[in-house]
Amino acid sequence: MTQASLRQTVNRQPLSRRIMRALQRYWPLYVMIIPGILYFLVYKYIPMLGIHIAFKNFSLKKGISGSPWLWNDGKEWYYWFERFFKSPANTQIIENTLVISIGKLIVQMIPPLIFALAISETCFKRYARVIQTVSYLPHFLSWVIIFGICTTMLGESQGVVNNMIKRAGGEAIPFLSNKAYIRGVLIGTSLWQGLGWSSIVFLAAIAGIDTSMYEAATIDGCGRFRKIWYITLPNLGRIFVVLLITKVGRILDGGFEQVYIFLNDRVASKAQIIDTWVYTQGLGKQQYSLTTAVGLLKSVLSCGLVLGTNALARKWDSSLW
Amino acid sequence: MVKSRNDIAFEIFILLLITLVGLMCVVPVLFVISYSLTPMEEVLRNGGFVLIPRQITLNAYQFMMKDAMLISSLQNSAFITVVGTALNLLVTMMLAYPLSREYLPGRSVFIKLIIFTMIFSAGTIPTYLVVKETGLINSLWALIFPSLITVYNFIVMKAFFEGLPNDLFESARIDGAGEFKILFRIVLPLSMPIITTISLYYAVAHWNVYTAAILYIQDSERMPLQVILRRMINAARTIDLNVEDELPPETMQMAAVCIATAPIVIIYPFIQKYFVQGTLAGAVKG
Repeated sequence: MTQASLRQTVNRQPLSRRIMRALQRYWPLYVMIIPGILYFLVYKYIPMLGIHIAFKNFSLKKGISGSPWLWNDGKEWYYWFERFFKSPANTQIIENTLVISIGKLIVQMIPPLIFALAISETCFKRYARVIQTVSYLPHFLSWVIIFGICTTMLGESQGVVNNMIKRAGGEAIPFLSNKAYIRGVLIGTSLWQGLGWSSIVFLAAIAGIDTSMYEAATIDGCGRFRKIWYITLPNLGRIFVVLLITKVGRILDGGFEQVYIFLNDRVASKAQIIDTWVYTQGLGKQQYSLTTAVGLLKSVLSCGLVLGTNALARKWDSSLW
Repeated sequence: MVKSRNDIAFEIFILLLITLVGLMCVVPVLFVISYSLTPMEEVLRNGGFVLIPRQITLNAYQFMMKDAMLISSLQNSAFITVVGTALNLLVTMMLAYPLSREYLPGRSVFIKLIIFTMIFSAGTIPTYLVVKETGLINSLWALIFPSLITVYNFIVMKAFFEGLPNDLFESARIDGAGEFKILFRIVLPLSMPIITTISLYYAVAHWNVYTAAILYIQDSERMPLQVILRRMINAARTIDLNVEDELPPETMQMAAVCIATAPIVIIYPFIQKYFVQGTLAGAVKG
């Protein structure tokens, strides 16, 4: 019997039989994955079961199974969703999340692309390597450290920038404690942190472009800018779209850690995002059901966004090639 | 090649651009280090801006080392970084190796289940409740177990293992080696670059952990470094600067920032090539 026909007969056997066979033959490999699979079950899949408290009136005292369903408590099943959207403050939170996320999305895509182009175009290659290495550093610094650096640089009373402004006769600008600046600070620090690191994928893509294209273009009399415009940029299209998809899926995130660390009462109205709100309301005020409902909405929308942009990109991809 | 005037202007422009980026990345870090080392009189004389101090003082660091809270947070962070990374690595490897073998029945089901957790997450609160149920609240293990495997790292490692030839394992099996022996004696030594990269990713994540700590830890003595550091920075912000004071809060704060950054900045030059390899492996896969 050939390998293919053997596989067919194996496939025709009932599932339980096939599982027994596989276990018999490969049991050490299955034993090996138990801890990892257990991790995903316990900390990723069991919490998904817990999502149903979004439709319950959950309290820690009664526990998950003891808490009543909303409809048994005389409420509609969408009670928590309705409560979230009723409050005008929460509309502001959604706006903050979107503005901050979209701002970050732009600064994490365009400047790294320009930086990668600059690195690949310069004729001082060795110098460019040093700059590249240095530019990755901020990626490894925690948000607390970046916040510490920010307070030294941008602080109102003693910050370096404000000291300079005051010396020049101007008035100190409260970058970190005024709601007019906070979004700019969040987006700016995110640019600072990610610029070098995000450029790596673009540089790799540029390095992968067939050099014969450039040679042909040179023979045809193309200048440098035309080569960038007609060869380099179109070749980066695909990686750009892939990155865009992954980032669009996270558009409702806004970056909990960074925002939470930079947040204070004076800027909250312009910087509170969904995740920081879930944290303060959920854990701080024990509004478990309400915040689970909001988290569920966010997860479903994010999941839809990833799948949607993915499908869209595929359609665009096939129509393009 | 003859360069036109336009070309030279463009060269100068991009040279300035990348220099600016380089300076922007390095100057703030350098500044914080100098600030923590400079005596306060010199800082004030220079209007708060010192890049290379003329005098150096370690007062702030000596003072810090007496801060029991900071010391315990350093110990906590060191513990989760060392133990956490070791466990991360072990479990990720043990998951990635079997799932990298195409012949393993059920492989694609497991992989899909794992990748699905990347697209859809249960959310903060349900996860918190499970961590609570598993009895980890207020324990350092809460910073280790709920983040045992990063899907991205798993994918990168699996992709690397897929590149190792099956024949290698076949011959070991004929020689009577078990799967665990194959993993630790054959796969591990052949995969050192990727394992270094991924252990560094995990280690940096543990050293920088903040969100998990404010979610799952309550006692100050069990908090990792970043949380304590954040508190120090905020405390320093609210106290007004007293010039007479020998150790102003800003200096202390910068010293603490330096202590937290030091491990990363020190190992950074040696490891940055591994980091880059890792992202590229991930990018090619993605």
